[in-house]
Amino acid sequence: MSADKYEVIIIGGGPSGLAAAYKLAQAGVEVVLVERGDYCGSKNLSGGVFYTRVLDQLIPGFWEEAPVERYITNYVTTLMDKEDYFNLDYKGQALSKPPYNAFSVLRAKFDRWLAEKAEDAGVMLVNEIKVEKVLKEGNKVTGIVAGDEEMLADVVIAADGINSFIAQEAGLRGPIKPEHLAVGAKALIELPREKIEDRFRLTGNEGTAYAMLGEASHGVAGGAFLYTNIDSLSIGVVLRLDDLVKSGAKPAEVLDDLLEHPMVAPLVKDGKMVEYGAHLTAEGGLHMVPQQLVADGFIMVGDAAGFTINSGLVIRGMDLAVGSGIAAAEAIIEAKEKNDFSAASLNSYKRRLDESFVMKDLKTYAKAPIFMENDRLYKSYSKLANDIFGKVYNHDLTPKELLLKTALKALKENNLSIFDLARDGFKGVRAL
Amino acid sequence: MIKLSIPEKLALNKFEVNEGNPHIIIDNTKCQSCQPKSCLTVCPAELYSEQNGEIIVEWAGCLECGTCRAVCPQGAISWEYPIGGFGIIYRQG
Repeated sequence: MSADKYEVIIIGGGPSGLAAAYKLAQAGVEVVLVERGDYCGSKNLSGGVFYTRVLDQLIPGFWEEAPVERYITNYVTTLMDKEDYFNLDYKGQALSKPPYNAFSVLRAKFDRWLAEKAEDAGVMLVNEIKVEKVLKEGNKVTGIVAGDEEMLADVVIAADGINSFIAQEAGLRGPIKPEHLAVGAKALIELPREKIEDRFRLTGNEGTAYAMLGEASHGVAGGAFLYTNIDSLSIGVVLRLDDLVKSGAKPAEVLDDLLEHPMVAPLVKDGKMVEYGAHLTAEGGLHMVPQQLVADGFIMVGDAAGFTINSGLVIRGMDLAVGSGIAAAEAIIEAKEKNDFSAASLNSYKRRLDESFVMKDLKTYAKAPIFMENDRLYKSYSKLANDIFGKVYNHDLTPKELLLKTALKALKENNLSIFDLARDGFKGVRAL
Repeated sequence: MIKLSIPEKLALNKFEVNEGNPHIIIDNTKCQSCQPKSCLTVCPAELYSEQNGEIIVEWAGCLECGTCRAVCPQGAISWEYPIGGFGIIYRQG
């Protein structure tokens, strides 16, 4: 059996793999991207918005042609109790101007478009092929095995997503711990665009993104999201696996309850669910990024390398994926000039990541996952906030009490101490 | 909004089913001693059930998240992606 040889093979057609492919092809590197789905994006699902500055560097003004949904100008953080809710609502006009800060995207459309851009740049795209494993000579990765075919390459990029079978198989990462993973269960709900714009107070293509805590996830560590697309809403729950197991909750039921919550129900009223999906996401931040991101002839990018940041207010993955894909491509271009694809040579990838926003931000938020292990965030504080504001606004002819006393009472009723609150608040502002 | 059952939710999706070739295989000898049997609750598509003391999975409706594999304490779930071109095909994502 004679195997074809290429300069670079990329496993997986999500934002990280496609960004790397595009950048490499632009530099004249011969690159093949192998995607297991019918088309790039057909296996992909997002639970957040796409922070776009990094893709604008790769494809300037991309939003003018890309199938983006809405530019997000309105961010809402919801502390949700069983029936009540408390919102922090920010809307900024600067976010409505090019280069837009963030877009909502539907991945089956967006990733597919990015794949077409990569193809136009010269990438050879192979769909409907699952890569079984990498080929190795000693410690050196020399290619891939797909079906009964072998393909050889100077460098293989693992961009195969959060389950990262390839990186595990290549020996660069062990099984991922349940506390470092969360499952997202998401519904796509069609709604006429006028209704969306009315309900969310949006002008034109403005969009809203909600991050919801507390009862939104039945108190399971994690939360929920809702964001507006052009004529649909993406809404889902995100449940950390260790706590999901402990709670015995069922993701689909948690999502059903969210859809019926008094805050959400009027927003999705008369909507029509058109797709139901689920995907894992990384929750470990820097802690789950493997020590070694390269081997001889091998680089890991995107979710496969664990690049996700969850700061509670903001959840990021796609921008880090694109950033890591670009860094990997640059490292390979440099390695090609030296004709040295050893781990030592490819490790300029790590340096590039360290110098870029990818690793800088992962380091900034390194304490966030530990802070967010705190059960009070999911099980207590949403109820506390609602109890306090419920008392502030309720005038039931019992004598009023000043805010401090109201708050102290609410703390006590929720079995919380002011020290818990102060400590968590202090830790929070230092970690998030 | 009309509440949909799990089968109704899954029926919204496009699946290309590789008939007769399950991508999830359960080693039930390992399930006997499993106390939590978390697979029965964690799956977002609720594909796992217990019938006559055996864990069964309706793998055709798999959303390919990998949650079951990640939480199984026994390592009883052999879970791979379906072969190329099969499985869930998201049209929206």
